[in-house]
Amino acid sequence: MGDLGFSGRLTALGRSALGMLCACLLAGSVAAQDFEIEDRQLYPGTSPVVLRVISTTDLDVFEPLLLRFQDQHPEIGIDYVVASSAELHRAIRGGATYDLALSSAMDLQFSLANDGRARSYSSAVTEALPDWARWNDRIFAFTAEPAVVVINEARFEGLPRPRSRADLVTLLRDHPDRFEGAVGTYDLRESGLGYLFATQEARASDAYWRLTEVMGRLNPRLYCCSSQMIDDVASGRLALAYNVLGPYAEGRLGQDEGLAILPMEDFANVMLRTALIPTTAQEVEAAGLMLDALLREGMGDGAEPGLPPLQARGEGAGDAFGPIRLGPALMVYLDRLNRESFLEAWNAAMEQ
Amino acid sequence: MSVLSADRYRRPGWSIARRLTLFLAGMVAILALVSWYMVTSFAREAAGRTQDNVLAASATSIAETLRSEGGEIRLELPYASFAMLGALSEDRVFYRVSTPDEVLTGYSDLEGPEAVSGEPAFATLPYGDVTVRAVSIQRAILSNGAVVPVTVTLAQTRDGVQSIAAGLSRQAAVLSAIVFVLAVGIAAFAVRASLRPLNTMAQHLATRGPSDLRPLRRQGPPELMPLVRSLNRLMERLEGSLRRSEDFIAEAAHRVRTPLAVVRTQADIALHSVEEEGQKQTLRRVIRAVDDSSRSASQLLDHAMVSFRADNLTLARVDLPALAKATAEALRPTAQMKDIDLTLSLSPAEVEGDEILIQNALRNVLDNAIKYSPAETVVTLSVSAGGGEARVRVADEGPGFGDAPAEQLTERFRRGDKVEGVVGSGLGLTIADEALRAHGGRLEMQTGDNGRGAWVTLVFPAA
Repeated sequence: MGDLGFSGRLTALGRSALGMLCACLLAGSVAAQDFEIEDRQLYPGTSPVVLRVISTTDLDVFEPLLLRFQDQHPEIGIDYVVASSAELHRAIRGGATYDLALSSAMDLQFSLANDGRARSYSSAVTEALPDWARWNDRIFAFTAEPAVVVINEARFEGLPRPRSRADLVTLLRDHPDRFEGAVGTYDLRESGLGYLFATQEARASDAYWRLTEVMGRLNPRLYCCSSQMIDDVASGRLALAYNVLGPYAEGRLGQDEGLAILPMEDFANVMLRTALIPTTAQEVEAAGLMLDALLREGMGDGAEPGLPPLQARGEGAGDAFGPIRLGPALMVYLDRLNRESFLEAWNAAMEQ
Repeated sequence: MSVLSADRYRRPGWSIARRLTLFLAGMVAILALVSWYMVTSFAREAAGRTQDNVLAASATSIAETLRSEGGEIRLELPYASFAMLGALSEDRVFYRVSTPDEVLTGYSDLEGPEAVSGEPAFATLPYGDVTVRAVSIQRAILSNGAVVPVTVTLAQTRDGVQSIAAGLSRQAAVLSAIVFVLAVGIAAFAVRASLRPLNTMAQHLATRGPSDLRPLRRQGPPELMPLVRSLNRLMERLEGSLRRSEDFIAEAAHRVRTPLAVVRTQADIALHSVEEEGQKQTLRRVIRAVDDSSRSASQLLDHAMVSFRADNLTLARVDLPALAKATAEALRPTAQMKDIDLTLSLSPAEVEGDEILIQNALRNVLDNAIKYSPAETVVTLSVSAGGGEARVRVADEGPGFGDAPAEQLTERFRRGDKVEGVVGSGLGLTIADEALRAHGGRLEMQTGDNGRGAWVTLVFPAA
């Protein structure tokens, strides 16, 4: 499995992009093509209809799904564009013409829907979605992915495996020698997903701030995205990576010796990957077909290779917390003032 | 008379039941509509108020976080305030926090209602492509020694509220429709039940015999009693006046008959004592006129008797052949005077009836036949039974009935159009007809074979 997370290969760019995003989130629009794309692939169909999809999911992960869709609808061509969630958000807000927008940043997606950038769509498939997986018939979740803790087993030799955040805080505090410079987590200033996980966790548990303070004392390494964190855990550079996307980590378990996922029993944040049909969409019907296909897979049992299904995480699996709710509350941490004060607190905790 | 007014007479008026039912249905419809409208507006108002309250609570909780830090106004949007809005419905949310000089955060183009300090102000207003319900709350913050009024505006689309209201309105509509249908059904039933005594009375009156003038004894609702009493009084008066006129006729006939008999006897004596042919002729004419008058008087008496007995039949088994024979014998002398041969053809037949009435009927029919038959002809009296009926037929060789319908012939004092030369009252067939009707039978009249002669048949239901 490839990179499912926030695609952030353009690290430096991402930083400025997010900064800009916040500046323009609620204000005006940007020029239609004024955004960065990372990858693009055209799958021609038998008719002139071309479905323009903008997504944060890498091609190698999404391609099987696209091909399965084309098996059923060979007439529909697909123009698949990969961009970071911030760029995707900027593009749609700026009025770029896409028929379907798929993003891992549910807060940004929500703000698009809330601000009237998403078209209302309903079908038998969307009706079948659980309530928590859709909002206002404008935004639909098609995967559920938990944040997990990944460790390097060799570097954990002789140490107890923490089972909760409280355990983790104790472990990190008691063994500063083992973890100095060997703890990795998202740089919230850079990663939208990291910010989302952090804010939700801070809201849910005061353990988050204790953990952040303890990690801050250990001279942590900050990352833009899950892939690099896992890479570094696998290589042994990191002993522990906090808040890595679960499906991605699971995909790497087989490939890399010594990787392990620490099950957290107190709670796990579950992120929903969401789709919306922008109001600028031109091939609305084809977009609806593709959306239905995505949701059908999302509601399936995950037997097909591709994306982790909704149900596996939606209920059970020890996730007392459940998925992050789609709703106006997601806008709270997008607010400029809230973001500033949260990052201020986080900075203070991290950089001691 | 115009066609229209003629139509008005022909078309039956609206029945009371229909009018009442329609009136009640109209009333129920109006009530159902009013209650539906009221429920709908209540629902809309209640849902709207709920939204207002949640909006106000959210905005207040945002305003609570306002503070001044180092001369800068700061706030934190509480997670709960937005979660609260999301819990109510899946409506889009917009917000703005501003001082008179700058927008602190949120949607800078969102213009909320003017808020007075302390009190939330509400407004429904357009924002972008949607209509939102907005609340504004103002809070004064002390910043850099100056009091700055900060306005928190929170707005939400109204889809949820409207769908709740629409759902309730639909339910209310369904309920109103059900209530309407039930109420109309009950109204129709009630109207019918209330009018039943009236219908029963009408039916009771309709099935009465033509001369049944007994008072109505039925107990009805008090509203109907004045009508019943008036009807009964009317019938009482009617019966009295009928009786008086019958009595009068009988009395008159009786009084006329006795002096006529005297005149007849005297004329007879005179006829035998005068020699001169001219005088004899005159006296014969006198005798014939007296006979006719006496016969008319008898018939009037008969008619009065039939009218009376028809209402109070004395039923017994009647042997028709015997009765026919006796009647024929009684009239044989009259027939012989005109050289009319009276022949009998009798089969056994029995009926249940009033013997005197039947005899009276037969005598009048036979008398008519003899009277209107030319001299030296045959009048045949036959009795037969079969097909659940007993028939007594009187056939003559006279002029027949001509073309007049049978009903006319049985009308009182009407005579056939071929008897101009013969004196008669025209009561004979009327008497027979009434007697037969009283027995549930009928009088059949037809012209005989070859267009000659009249056949009058008394048809009785067999015993």
